[in-house]
Amino acid sequence: MRILECQGVTKFFGGLAAVSNVDFHVDQGEIVGLIGPNGAGKTTLFNLVAGTFPLSSGEIKFKGRKLSGLKPHRICQMGIARTFQETKVFANMPVLQNVLVGAFFGTPTHVSGAAAAREATQSLEFVGLSAMGATPISDLTLANQKRVEVARALATKPELLLLDELMAGLTPTEVGEAMELVTRIRDKGITVVMVEHVMKAIMGVSGRVMVLHHGEKLAEGTCNEISCNKTVIDVYLGKESNAGS
Amino acid sequence: MAEVERLLGLSMIGILAGGVYGLLAVGLSLQIGVCRVLNITHGEFLMLGGVLTFTLAGLGINPLLAPVIIGPLLFGIGFLLQATLFKRIKVRAPSPAAFEGNALLAAFGVMYIISYLARLRFGTRALPSQYLTEGVPFVGINLAVNLIVGFAIAAAVGIAVYLFLTRSRLGRAIRATAEDQPTAELMGVNTNTVLALCFGLGALLAGIAGTLISMRTPVTTAMGFNNTVIALIVVTLGGLGSVPGSFIAGIIIGVASMLVAGLWESVLIVPVYYAMLMVLLLARPTGIFGKK
Amino acid sequence: MNITRLFTAHRRPLLVGFLILLMAFVFTFPLYGGAYPTRVLTTMLMYTVLAVSWVMFSGTTGYMSLAPAAFFGIGIYSTALLQHYLPFPVIIIVGGLISFALAVLLGLVTLRLKGIYFTIFSFGLVVFIGNTVNYVEADIFGRHGWYFDALDRATLLYAMLGLAVVTVLAAYFISRSRLGLAMQSIGGNEEAAEHMGVNTTRIKVLTFAISAIFMGAAGVILAPSLSYSNPSIAFSVTYSFIPIVAAVFGGMGQLHGPVIGALVFGFLEKTLRAQLLTYFMLGFGIIMVVVILFLPNGLVGLASMLRDRLGGVISKVRNGSDGEQHANT
Repeated sequence: MRILECQGVTKFFGGLAAVSNVDFHVDQGEIVGLIGPNGAGKTTLFNLVAGTFPLSSGEIKFKGRKLSGLKPHRICQMGIARTFQETKVFANMPVLQNVLVGAFFGTPTHVSGAAAAREATQSLEFVGLSAMGATPISDLTLANQKRVEVARALATKPELLLLDELMAGLTPTEVGEAMELVTRIRDKGITVVMVEHVMKAIMGVSGRVMVLHHGEKLAEGTCNEISCNKTVIDVYLGKESNAGS
Repeated sequence: MAEVERLLGLSMIGILAGGVYGLLAVGLSLQIGVCRVLNITHGEFLMLGGVLTFTLAGLGINPLLAPVIIGPLLFGIGFLLQATLFKRIKVRAPSPAAFEGNALLAAFGVMYIISYLARLRFGTRALPSQYLTEGVPFVGINLAVNLIVGFAIAAAVGIAVYLFLTRSRLGRAIRATAEDQPTAELMGVNTNTVLALCFGLGALLAGIAGTLISMRTPVTTAMGFNNTVIALIVVTLGGLGSVPGSFIAGIIIGVASMLVAGLWESVLIVPVYYAMLMVLLLARPTGIFGKK
Repeated sequence: MNITRLFTAHRRPLLVGFLILLMAFVFTFPLYGGAYPTRVLTTMLMYTVLAVSWVMFSGTTGYMSLAPAAFFGIGIYSTALLQHYLPFPVIIIVGGLISFALAVLLGLVTLRLKGIYFTIFSFGLVVFIGNTVNYVEADIFGRHGWYFDALDRATLLYAMLGLAVVTVLAAYFISRSRLGLAMQSIGGNEEAAEHMGVNTTRIKVLTFAISAIFMGAAGVILAPSLSYSNPSIAFSVTYSFIPIVAAVFGGMGQLHGPVIGALVFGFLEKTLRAQLLTYFMLGFGIIMVVVILFLPNGLVGLASMLRDRLGGVISKVRNGSDGEQHANT
């Protein structure tokens, strides 16, 4: 089942097309990687799906329903959750409260205090941070803050999760742990689209990969197809393949 | 026909007075746009400009020359405010939003400091500062020379500022800093100096506006607040970051105020501004010429 | 200063004890205090209401409102207009509701935009409303200024006390509620909150409007003690400034911060004669700047900091080693 469909998605900022005529789809249960050089439009595409700003033209459908004109909180309640490239945690709260926000407000139906607390605790457990519930979030390492972001997003009970550079700034060990987390998320039945620069992670975890460049879709296919795609290598992978993170 | 003449006359006064509002707004726009400080003290600098012009006039200095002395003084105060107070607040703030909130509160405090210091020194009565009050006939009413001169000076200074911002190297540095401060810093711009300069420039422009207004109406130490409100409205109407926008908005506001005062009641001037603003913000949140 | 810190009173027994003491003290005050001291106390409680309700919205969401004076003035005018027609308790409710409605209107227009527009609007709001009322008063009612029927000093004191208690309790319970969590998430990171399902516009408008109720009610209750009012008296930006300085000075992270600040500053404002008042307004301005720069969390934060430091020193002395215990707050 196509859980997400993008047709002709375009976004202009002033005269510049940040995303230009992108067609792509995501099937339920997939892990799709979204790669491309900096400024290629990956986060902009996420922002368009999540409703941060409106499309200039084109159409985005989630489970067959058009998303245009919907505000981000509605889209979240419909079942799309996200994390942010620059970690946007609630710095004024402890860890558990951060996740509680997602648990309370991320679903369309009213959630009781007890149910939300349960959901939040389970979410924290799932990402391996249950010991840190009461810690002020600013005391956490970057890697752990990112995990809280994931827990918070998961607490909204999404069907589609957009991960924006989850692995940025992580050590190789941490990358491995994050990869394992993403797989476990998929195993829970949540479809994942992840923007990444860490090739090892993308190739290790994604089923399919899409490459953006200057806002346009450059290529799409399985990991093997992409890593063998000459255009992609010329434009992007060639620099990255030795980089590592 | 007499009514139409009167309206035309009022509108003309509004246009001329509006030029000064535009200048005031340009100063504020610089402070908000570049320094990211919602400087609600701005009107107090206008007040200082007006009050000091009066004081200097008492010492025999022509009001038209007063800015030569007052300008650098107010520039210096503005420069110092940014370089010491707002910079420190920025450094200690955990986030841009916290900085903006704290800067606003600090500006609130500074507003009271300046206003009450002035009050201690000059009292609260209206000071007769008018100058060049002879009238020039125009379509059935008399236009005071101070209005015409005021507009001319405001326009001249405004054009100078516009050219400075768009043509000079420093102007480009300012615009770069406003756009993206970290990147500008990386490209070699001393952003601390740029910010202080902009704040000082804003204060200077407010001071000049104060001088020009003092020629028209008596000044009081309490006049700052209302002029801050006007400046904020003009900036919002005209759009942050646009010098022409500020002037056009200033003129619109000037005309609106004269028409409301002439046709209706002068107390309704500010309510009308607010109504205009609300309508505009509903339709076009970035103002007439605004970018962000 | 992190003005969006968690706004909870985690010292519940302290808060309850403080409130009980306050109530006991105030209840008995008219018995031994004179007429003027009673008015001073009423004013102190009034500033408490304004400061706490200001923090309720601006302290949590981070949207700086300079509007308390506008709602306060509406409250004063509600009394002026309705004092002969409605019983006092009803006027309190009406004043609160009008403020609520105005806040909703203002919020709907400005809170869906960037915070700067909201602040700009709120700044001149007191002039806007004041001038409108002035016009209506002069041109439609043909008068200038209102005289208030005197109300028993003790009654006013108790009414203000009741309002203060209600405001503090409301702030406390909201901060522990779902609404409070939503507000704090907006203060923490509004974009993230929106993407986690928080309807940020609705929450902001609702919270702003709720805080306006208390501000309006405070104006209603204070009015009879003014004996006379006109638009420039009722709508004065000082009624925005003093509560905000008080809240900042006291510390916005805890409930008792604004309360303490408001009691102190309210006392000062009321008891100083006009001459000295100029110096003290100047002083308030200086205090505001100093606190923003050096005392990030206000007086309450300073007390916590001192307690931490002292706690550390004391346990160092005790243990005689470098095992410093971190004093929990």
